[in-house]
Parts: sequence; C-alpha cells; structure tokens
Amino acid sequence: MYPSKFDYHRPSSVQEAVQILSANPEAKVLAGGHSLVPVMKLRLATPTALVDIGRIEELQGIGRANGSLRIGACVTYHEIANSDVVREAAPLLAEAAGQIGDRQVRYRGTIGGNLSHADPASDLPAAALALDATLHVSGPNGSRSVGASDFFVDLMMTALQLDEILTAVEIPAAQAGSGSAYVKFEHPASGYALCGAAAVVTRTADGSCASASLCFNGVSATAVDAAAVASSLVGSDLSDAAIESAVNENLSIPDPTGDMFASAAYRQELAKTIGAQALCTARDRA
Amino acid sequence: MGISIELEINGASVSKEVEPRLLLAYFLREELGLTGTKIGCDTSQCGSCTILLDGQAVKSCTVLAVQADGGSVTTIEGLANGEYHPMQQAFWDNHGLQCGYCTPGMIISCIDLLNTNPQPSEEEIRHGLEGNLCRCTGYHNIVRAVQAAAETMNG
Ligand SMILES: Cc1cc2nc3c(=O)[nH]c(=O)nc-3n(C[C@H](O)[C@H](O)[C@H](O)COP(=O)(O)OP(=O)(O)OC[C@H]3O[C@@H](n4cnc5c(N)ncnc54)[C@H](O)[C@@H]3O)c2cc1C
Ligand code: FES
Ligand code: FES
Repeated sequence: MYPSKFDYHRPSSVQEAVQILSANPEAKVLAGGHSLVPVMKLRLATPTALVDIGRIEELQGIGRANGSLRIGACVTYHEIANSDVVREAAPLLAEAAGQIGDRQVRYRGTIGGNLSHADPASDLPAAALALDATLHVSGPNGSRSVGASDFFVDLMMTALQLDEILTAVEIPAAQAGSGSAYVKFEHPASGYALCGAAAVVTRTADGSCASASLCFNGVSATAVDAAAVASSLVGSDLSDAAIESAVNENLSIPDPTGDMFASAAYRQELAKTIGAQALCTARDRA
Repeated sequence: MGISIELEINGASVSKEVEPRLLLAYFLREELGLTGTKIGCDTSQCGSCTILLDGQAVKSCTVLAVQADGGSVTTIEGLANGEYHPMQQAFWDNHGLQCGYCTPGMIISCIDLLNTNPQPSEEEIRHGLEGNLCRCTGYHNIVRAVQAAAETMNG
C-alpha cells in the first residue's frame, strides 16, 4: 500500500518545523509514524507535506531538574519504559509505555505522538492526566504550556493548533509515600485498551490516604479523570473495601463508548473493576 | 520529488533516490531485490516485515525509507556469515517454521528479544513476540528455538 504523494521535510529545529507548518495548512507533523503512516496508507489521511520532527535534537532526551521530570516529545516508549530516571520519578508513565503495542511499536512510537494523536484507546493520556503533566507547545507566536486536563479536547482532538508542535512533557517527580499503577484490559486482537486505568495514591505516615488520582483510557472520547472517586478516598484507610465503595459509588464515565467490541454498559462496569485494581496495586506500592 | 538517501544495508552502503512515500519494506524488496523480508498484512499488525534498524526490530511496512536515511539495516539476508546465525540454526533444529512466511520477521524479532533479554523465561518469550503472527506453527517450536538459541548465544 502506498500513501498518496507528499513533500517531505526534515527540519533541524522546532522553529524551522513551525515555519513549514505555518506556511502549509495541509502539512502534518511526522514523529514515530506509527499512527500516521498506517492511516496514510489507508488514505484516511492525505497530507500534502510531512514535517519529520524525529531527528530534532531539542525534542529528544529525558532529564530531571528542580523536582520535575522533562521528557522530549520524540522520546520513544522503549526509552521511557527502560529509563531508570522515569521509573523512579514517574513509574506510572514507564509502566504504561511498556504496555503499548509490541516491541516493534515501542521502538518507534513517541510520547509526543501518542498524546497529540489522542486516540481514545491510547495508553498515555490517562497517565498524563493522573500525573498532572504539563505539556510544552511551540508555535509561530512562541511557546506556551498546557495542563494535561486542558489538552485533551475531544475524540482525537487536542488543544494543539495545526501549526503548533508539542515539544516536551513535564511531570512533577513522584513524592515519598506515593505509589502508582497502570492496569490495562486489552482487546486480544488489536492490543489496544478496552479500558486502561492509571492510579496514583499518596499515604500519610499513619497509612491513610493523603491524595489520590484515578484516570481512564478507552472508555470515552477522551481520557477521563474520575476526580470524584479520588476525592472520596482522601482520608480513608485505603482498604480494599474503601476502594471498592469509592469506585462503586462515585465512578461515572461521561458518554461511555459503546462499539462492536464492548457496549457502553460493559465498559462502565469494566472501568469499576480495572479502576479498583489499579488503586489497590498503587496502594500496595505506596 | 525524489530524495537521496544513504543507508548501510547488511553491511554494504547503498545510496538511492526515492519518493518520500516509499515504504522501507518496498524499498528493500523492490528497489534492492531483498525479498527475504516479507509483507504480510501491510497494516502494521503481523510483523513479517520486521527488520533491524540501527539494531532495533521495526516493522518496515510502517517506516518510510526516508525516515531510515543514514541508518543501518539488517534483514534476514544479512544474518548468515558463512554459517547460519545461531537463531536461524535454532529455527532449523527445532522445526520453528512450517510455510516460512513469518520466519524472516520472526527471526529478527527473536534476535532483538535476546539482545534485550538474554535469558528470557517461556512467558517472556511468548509475550516478547506479540508483534509477530504465525499462522502455522502454533508458536511452540518457535519458543523452543528461542530457548535453544539463548543457550548457544550465551554459551
Ligand atoms: C500495531 C500497533 C499497535 C499499537 N498499539 C497501541 C497501544 O496498545 N497503545 C497505544 O497507546 N498506542 C498503540 N499504537 C499507536 C502508537 O502508540 C503510535 O505510536 C502513537 O499513537 C502515535 O505516536 P507516533 O510517535 O507514532 O506519532 P505519529 O504517527 O508520527 O503521529 C500521530 C499524530 O500526532 C501528530 N504528532 C506527532 N507528534 C507530534 C508533536 N510532537 N506535536 C504535534 N503533533 C504531533 C501527527 O501529526 C499525527 O497526526 C499502536 C500502533 C500500531 C501500529
Ligand atoms: S507487513 Fe508489516 S506488519 Fe504486517
Ligand atoms: S510458518 Fe507459516 S506463518 Fe509462521
């Protein structure tokens, strides 16, 4: 299969990439290509130009400074899942990245591509939400930062403008006493999440819940922050029973997805089970 | 508009002008005649097009040739060096193939698996090969082949 024809650009800086995008509204960013190339082969996307950002130096690298972790947009899942720095500062992200696709996909797919593509079944959006990530974006008018909770707008739609590039993801480093887990219930054929739950909990010295977050992929048009579940857990003893009742009483998924693989009602129930599992595992690791 | 690319393919340097939309799998098969790399699904699922790009297993039907510019590619044709690569030998010895269509990609993924995890458990082998589908063998003999190769390659 061949994509339709396009011009290929390989800029060496973000600024140059943004200029090309600004000059051509039909141009698209190419990162790992593991969502874009397949849809171009199916001619579901026919951009007239690709701007390959894969080799731009500023978009690489994992670093930790001033209590936060910075991951360049073009860092691959393989690098994230195997980075000691990420495993220590944001173990949730490393766990989620390690569950994406297969080994071949993990060598090519990038965190920036995953978040920008914003497929409802992608594995990283819920982790970005649960970790309160800040997304750094560059465009023709300079740079701006967007919180993960404002980034995912609708089905495969983000706060990015057509001529903007996601450059880096910044995550506050995990606090002492916190634990996290990403639990994925995947479709056996595609490997994509029917439901993926990202949980973080922090315990006080006496073991009670100081803070929590629980976010989902795969169950709605965008990643969902189950803030009501998380806030009802604060102050609890985080026992299995406390977690189960928090989830059962407070989890409601807005517009749950129903499709040929699973009905909306099934997904909502699945979210309760997977969400409780993620919280229990996060607690055990805290 | 053609773009000049330069790669190292199985140790030899190759430069060509290609259309940006040319996929690496087609570049290898149709421009270079390296038909060992197979195209099965052409939709990024089956792994039969897997090659090593800069030492990492990738699905060459999902990489543009221009993205691989400057890189180093190893295909199934580049593995034997007078004698079979230990993974090829292990597939032979353990009957790790039937029709053989998945085999070039499978062998490349198996090599990548051992590069990242030299002593995998059976479960790690099965899980580690999730990106490669085989419609014939039922995988058991492929797992045996990887176990055997792990022994030779570590021994
Ligand atoms: C077989 C297979 C299995 C998969 N399984 C999973 C899975 O289980 N879970 C999962 O989450 N994903 C899965 N994926 C998708 C994969 O994770 C993709 O890599 C990811 O969705 C896109 O990232 P990319 O770097 O490949 O981006 P690309 O495909 O290059 O780009 C995707 C989109 O994002 C835009 N874009 C990319 N980077 C930027 C940026 N920095 N700034 C602005 N826009 C940008 C592009 O223009 C394009 O529209 C799978 C893919 C395949 C082929
Ligand atoms: S042909 Fe590339 S994955 Fe099937
Ligand atoms: S041997 Fe026939 S597909 Fe694997």
